[in-house]
Amino acid sequence: MSALLAPTLMDAGLLAQLAVGGLAVVAAVLAPPRARNLAAGGALVATGLAGAVTGVAALLGVEAGGVPVPVALPLTAPLDALVLAPDALGGLFMALAGVVVALAALFGIGYAHGAAASRTGWTAFAVFAVGLQLVPAAADAISFLLAWELMALGSTVLLLADHAARGPVRRATLWYAVMTHLSFLLLLAGFGVLVAAGGSTSFAAMRTAGVAGPAADLAFVLMVTGFATKAGLVPVHVWLPRAHPEAPSHMSAAMSAAMVKMGVYGMLLLTLRLLPAGPRWWALVLVALGAVSALYGILQASVQADLKRLLAYSTTENIGLITTAVGVGLLLRDSGQSAVADVALVAALLLAVSHAAFKSVLFLGAGSVLHATGTRDLDLLGGLAARMPWTSGAFGVGALGAAALPVTSGFVAEWVLLQGLIHVDARTDRLLAIVIPVTMGIVALTIGLGLLTFVKAYGIGFLARPRTSAAADAREAGVAMRTAMVAGAVLVVGLGLVPGPLSQALAAAVAATGVASVNGAGLAVGAAAAVLDPVALTALAAAVLVPLVAVNVVLARRHPRREVALAWGCGGERTSPRMEYNATSYSEPVVRVFRASLQARRAVDVVHPDSAPMIVEHMSFTQETADVVESRLYLPATRALARAGDLARRVQNGSIHRYIGISFAALVLVLVVVAL
Amino acid sequence: MTPGSFAVILVHLVVAVLVTPLLIGVMRTVRARLEGRVGAGVWQPWRDLIKLLAKEPTRAPGSTPVLTLAPIVLMASSLVLCALIPLVSTVALASVPGDLFVVVSVLLVGTVSLALLGLESGTAFGGMGSSRHMVIAAMVEPTVLLSVYALSVPAGTSDLAAIVQARVADPISLLNPVSLLAIFALVVVVIAETGRLPVDNPSTHLELTMVHEAMILESGGRDLGWLELGSWLRLTALLGLVANLAVPWGVAPDAAPLSLLVGVGAVFAKLVVLGAVLAAAEVFIAKLRLFRVPELLAGSFVLAFLSVSASYLVF
Repeated sequence: MSALLAPTLMDAGLLAQLAVGGLAVVAAVLAPPRARNLAAGGALVATGLAGAVTGVAALLGVEAGGVPVPVALPLTAPLDALVLAPDALGGLFMALAGVVVALAALFGIGYAHGAAASRTGWTAFAVFAVGLQLVPAAADAISFLLAWELMALGSTVLLLADHAARGPVRRATLWYAVMTHLSFLLLLAGFGVLVAAGGSTSFAAMRTAGVAGPAADLAFVLMVTGFATKAGLVPVHVWLPRAHPEAPSHMSAAMSAAMVKMGVYGMLLLTLRLLPAGPRWWALVLVALGAVSALYGILQASVQADLKRLLAYSTTENIGLITTAVGVGLLLRDSGQSAVADVALVAALLLAVSHAAFKSVLFLGAGSVLHATGTRDLDLLGGLAARMPWTSGAFGVGALGAAALPVTSGFVAEWVLLQGLIHVDARTDRLLAIVIPVTMGIVALTIGLGLLTFVKAYGIGFLARPRTSAAADAREAGVAMRTAMVAGAVLVVGLGLVPGPLSQALAAAVAATGVASVNGAGLAVGAAAAVLDPVALTALAAAVLVPLVAVNVVLARRHPRREVALAWGCGGERTSPRMEYNATSYSEPVVRVFRASLQARRAVDVVHPDSAPMIVEHMSFTQETADVVESRLYLPATRALARAGDLARRVQNGSIHRYIGISFAALVLVLVVVAL
Repeated sequence: MTPGSFAVILVHLVVAVLVTPLLIGVMRTVRARLEGRVGAGVWQPWRDLIKLLAKEPTRAPGSTPVLTLAPIVLMASSLVLCALIPLVSTVALASVPGDLFVVVSVLLVGTVSLALLGLESGTAFGGMGSSRHMVIAAMVEPTVLLSVYALSVPAGTSDLAAIVQARVADPISLLNPVSLLAIFALVVVVIAETGRLPVDNPSTHLELTMVHEAMILESGGRDLGWLELGSWLRLTALLGLVANLAVPWGVAPDAAPLSLLVGVGAVFAKLVVLGAVLAAAEVFIAKLRLFRVPELLAGSFVLAFLSVSASYLVF
């Protein structure tokens, strides 16, 4: 109790998160419906900010005294006290989760309606947020799993909130609940192996125990599968493209930008902190898992017409890139190239931070579009830039970040990753000479398809002319929603302009020495002797733009732009919006080029009038792109499970005699076992 | 940040803007003569440009600022590209070295602004061009980064100026198969990125085949002028890059006036020769079907990949 009475700064931050989170629950339950959004949302913004401050403090090296909660359960297992004490890496992820929760809650104040604005909705969000922010604070297996399960529970309830109104919500929640519990069970088993081998539930003891050999391998496989499920890596990504679109948008943002990151944090915790000296194949597994996810995710994202589903697949892609970077870092540490390995690990963290920033903006922007038009189908949108300038601007910045264009956080992160890859010395190591170029090729194709995906998302959704009246009547979002989106967009650009200090802090968090800040803003990759100074690059672009804009202004004075009712329209009336390219047609070449892996099914339906079979009266085209992993892997598995269930049902046919017989057999079996 | 590097950037920009329309004129004239036509003369692109910049652009009701911004952004990205690539001299700004990945992303800024412009007009042609343009850009990306990778391995850096200097210092490496493969892959990239035959035909308005022209179909006057100049500058910058990597002599190692003068002369000669060769080659090849383009790009990717792994395993 002494720590509770004389808390350190860090402990105060942790307790503040718990207290304000609790306050949010109280506000959600007690506030009248009109004030509920503001009261609960406001308390959650405060919770998120408390998490952000505490996390940044931990990242900068403020030591936690630790809040020990003695556990006295009548069990024989060696349960140590539950301790919350984030290290620098945990601090980073806590700060990341805190900022995302604050943005999502702020957005939610204006956005939440229907079931998401109910008592249950806000309470679930509060539980989720507190769990999310405490996962990286855990310093022992039990508190880690508790926070993990709190996070899973809150998100499942919130996801299910709207089940009465929309049918797909139930299916999505079922997938999510199954996958998230699969993840939990695998982690439980994995931690079980580590505790059995190390003799204690505390992370510090697990590390000093130096578990190696088959026990370590088993723990690695179990836990990486568990964390990959949460992180949405292929082939355990299937919940992601279902749950993200169906969740309320502020929740989608929090899940995609922060919750899946906990899977990444788990992998880093496992490979850097708990089992730091793993064999080489661990790193190769991570590289393969990441590369396949990145490519598969972006390929699926590029052909989606549902905006939120597109963003969900893009999350799989980004987490894939992060995992690849982690794998490359571990591989290089194993090969003794620690300087380049550091660059790859810092790249992984930068990718995680930048993904959190731009993906929150993108999901919040998608939420704003959904709020204004009632649809997330890109094929029905268009022309929103003129109607929703704030949303359009913020979404545009987020899309630039996702496409890794300068000067955004996404660009900086991918630049560091590419610098890490090209400076690997593979002359003496044949494995590296194959793995690194292949990884480079996959990363490059991912970047290329990412560009296409986000040009499509922005160009089809926000530019051109509205394709339906819903899009034509769209109105700009309210103040709270706008503020949240703009704040996120500022983060995307800010981290892209001044990446130096952040990168230095990240490097310290993973004990990397190769990355340093230069000129106060820029970034120098020591091992690679490469410099990136986005401020100077922007200054160069500005220096070029000034004379260009001056010439343009002079010309525009002399020959002002003329507005015409008809731009070209091929010499006739301005064409109907139905003739515009839409999201499906935009990605048609991709579907064609990658037909083997996308397996799109198309149907063209032509109706002729009875009198004239040569004349077309009506024509319709539908296209479905399947998730190959789902149809090839999961459907057969669920079918086999259902068949096994049918078989098991034969035992239970209602006959009392059979039940007595089964009980008797069980009793005999127990007696025999005891007698042996 | 020395005055020398500023002078070099200024020289790069001025040379690029002055030479580019002339280079296009030379390429068109070579092509015309080989096809038995007289051609409009090497100064025609300049005359076109001046005419376009003095004309008013039009705008449809409901259009967004993208219509005005995209041509300017394309122009600016092309100019930054010319400033970063060591066309005349290898002296670079200390804080913005001509890093290959930065160069590629600046190139992509131009690509994206064109694609968004194509979608902005909301016509079938614009969307079609934009879609094709982005698919080609996405497929080119692996080759770009891998050939960059291959060239950076011997020099140990992705800084373009340092790569060019390393190649001047070690001329034998120019004939190294690793280097030749990478340069060849880069040439395919340049052809695809700048919309030349066989990937795109810059002089067609046939709806089945056009890519670049479909995106800028709705633009006119000043906007079209910027778009044309911006696209041509991309060609100059990338051809200049390939020329200076393949034949690195003549590039000024410092910012002295005399060596800059030599550098300007050298890059002008290289650009004209390379442009003429490209134009002559275009006479003999037909445009590929759009869905055959990925095969071409996959081929160039394999070359780039071979080049990288050979640089590790063989040399």
